[in-house]
Amino acid sequence: MVLWAVALSVFRESIRDRVFYNLLLFAVLLVGAAVLIGQMTAGQDLKIIKDLGLAATSFFGLFIAVFVGVGLVWKEVERRSVYSLLAKPVGRPELVLGKYVGLALTLLVNVLVMAVVLYLLLAFMQFSSPESVRAGWEAPAADPALLKAFLLIYVQLLLVTAIALFFSTFAGPMVSMALTFGFYVIGHFNADLKHFDAVVTSTPLAWLLRALYYLLPNLAPFDITAKVVHGQLVPAGYLLMTIGYAAIYIAVLLTAASFIFSRRDLK
Amino acid sequence: MTARRGGRPLVFGLVLAALVASFVFVEIWRDRVYGEPAPGDSVLYIRSGDALGRMSLSFTPLVADIYWIRAVQYFGGARLSALPTRRYDLLYPLLDITTSLDPRFNIAYRFGSIFLAESYPGGAGRPDLAIALLDKGFRANPARWQYVQDIGFVYYWWMNDYRRAGEWFNKAADVPGAPWWLRSLAAVTLAQGGDRQSSRRLWQALRETADNDWLRSSASLRLAQLNALDAIDQLTAVVAGFRARTGQIPTSWDALVRARMLSSRPVDPAGAPYVLDPASGAVTLGADSPLNPLPVGTQVDRPAR
Repeated sequence: MVLWAVALSVFRESIRDRVFYNLLLFAVLLVGAAVLIGQMTAGQDLKIIKDLGLAATSFFGLFIAVFVGVGLVWKEVERRSVYSLLAKPVGRPELVLGKYVGLALTLLVNVLVMAVVLYLLLAFMQFSSPESVRAGWEAPAADPALLKAFLLIYVQLLLVTAIALFFSTFAGPMVSMALTFGFYVIGHFNADLKHFDAVVTSTPLAWLLRALYYLLPNLAPFDITAKVVHGQLVPAGYLLMTIGYAAIYIAVLLTAASFIFSRRDLK
Repeated sequence: MTARRGGRPLVFGLVLAALVASFVFVEIWRDRVYGEPAPGDSVLYIRSGDALGRMSLSFTPLVADIYWIRAVQYFGGARLSALPTRRYDLLYPLLDITTSLDPRFNIAYRFGSIFLAESYPGGAGRPDLAIALLDKGFRANPARWQYVQDIGFVYYWWMNDYRRAGEWFNKAADVPGAPWWLRSLAAVTLAQGGDRQSSRRLWQALRETADNDWLRSSASLRLAQLNALDAIDQLTAVVAGFRARTGQIPTSWDALVRARMLSSRPVDPAGAPYVLDPASGAVTLGADSPLNPLPVGTQVDRPAR
């Protein structure tokens, strides 16, 4: 219950901070793009609107996860409001987890609304396009398979939020932000680490890089936009394993964050 | 107090509008006096699709879309340019990057096959690059027999190499899931390569397998051009008949209508009137016809060997 109360307060704060203004921007961006790109893309407007919708969901979500995530704990410490919070029957791990759940809820609402806006636009395209145009589509406009991409985008955002929260338990916002973005970038490159043995001659170094491949978050598998947009099958087993990987990684980060914050001297 | 508070936003808005109008006015004035700045040439700073793919993190499909839009705009801009020195240098790199970022970007391969191969100035005049792009597409999507068919098509239409075209149509027919008629298309091409009838079959095949309106209308245009070539042959025969009968070249279509050799003034498949040269008797498309320029080197039908 305490955890839930903290989570709801984070959610309410995000509404007060006008975090959801990005939804309006998203809707304008998509509708504007739908009107404009039909003239510029030689019949590829459906693909591009799907790509744009999914990329914008990921992009806006990433910024919320990082910018809000790094301030979750730091703000409470900086404002000294953490003392009044901890004076109540709230344990430090509960505070950390509550903050995380609150931001996860904010991101969930964000992703859900974006999915609804995109589906409405795609349903309109499906309805208004002649049969000859629809026959050339690789997948239907309002394809239910897009939900798989939304799901993995959301799970990836949960992972990024956990990274941001982890850093915010011991570092300031600028350092946390830089580290979180750094991990996000590395997360899309780290497949290279596994194959560095073809480049480096030192065996220990090759092993170290291989170990980093397994230790650092691997974010590339969360990106299934191209497959979904082209109507390719994404097996349920793949989704489950990717979500399972994220769940375990998030659990590790939140445990570590709770541990560090529990031992932190707040005086 | 209330009036003052209500008035402030209005004053603020008016001042803002006046300032915006001022800088727009200054810009218009400057452009009139010193001329508008010329748009810069298109530049491709990064030519490696792989490097761009790495840099775009999880936004690769969107970056592929951006490069696709650039390719379409670049081609459209070059094609519509009135400059005699118009260039298509960046068309292949743009399409290559697009397809490296998104190897399943079907339209980019097929668009490339048409406009890279099309002879200059309508296209880049680079059938070799069109083939390279289609070959890349087939390697990335081995089930796409359409790319192999398009390679055959480039050999046929733009390189007039009917033997190799027939070989590629046969290769396309070998791809699992390819339609049965590719085999007969290959046979016809090898036997009668280059005649108008086989060209017609080829464009019909392309129109039927087109998976978007743009490719379909491109094939329809070519079919209309072939019909126009047929009509020009028939009209030339009518003019020759008139000349044989009267010893004179007809001065206009009306002369042929009056002689009951034509029922009305002839128009091409796009609805534009054909032009009759009264000096030579040659029949051509009207200058305003959207079917211009007609393909060259397309022979009339000839019997199968």
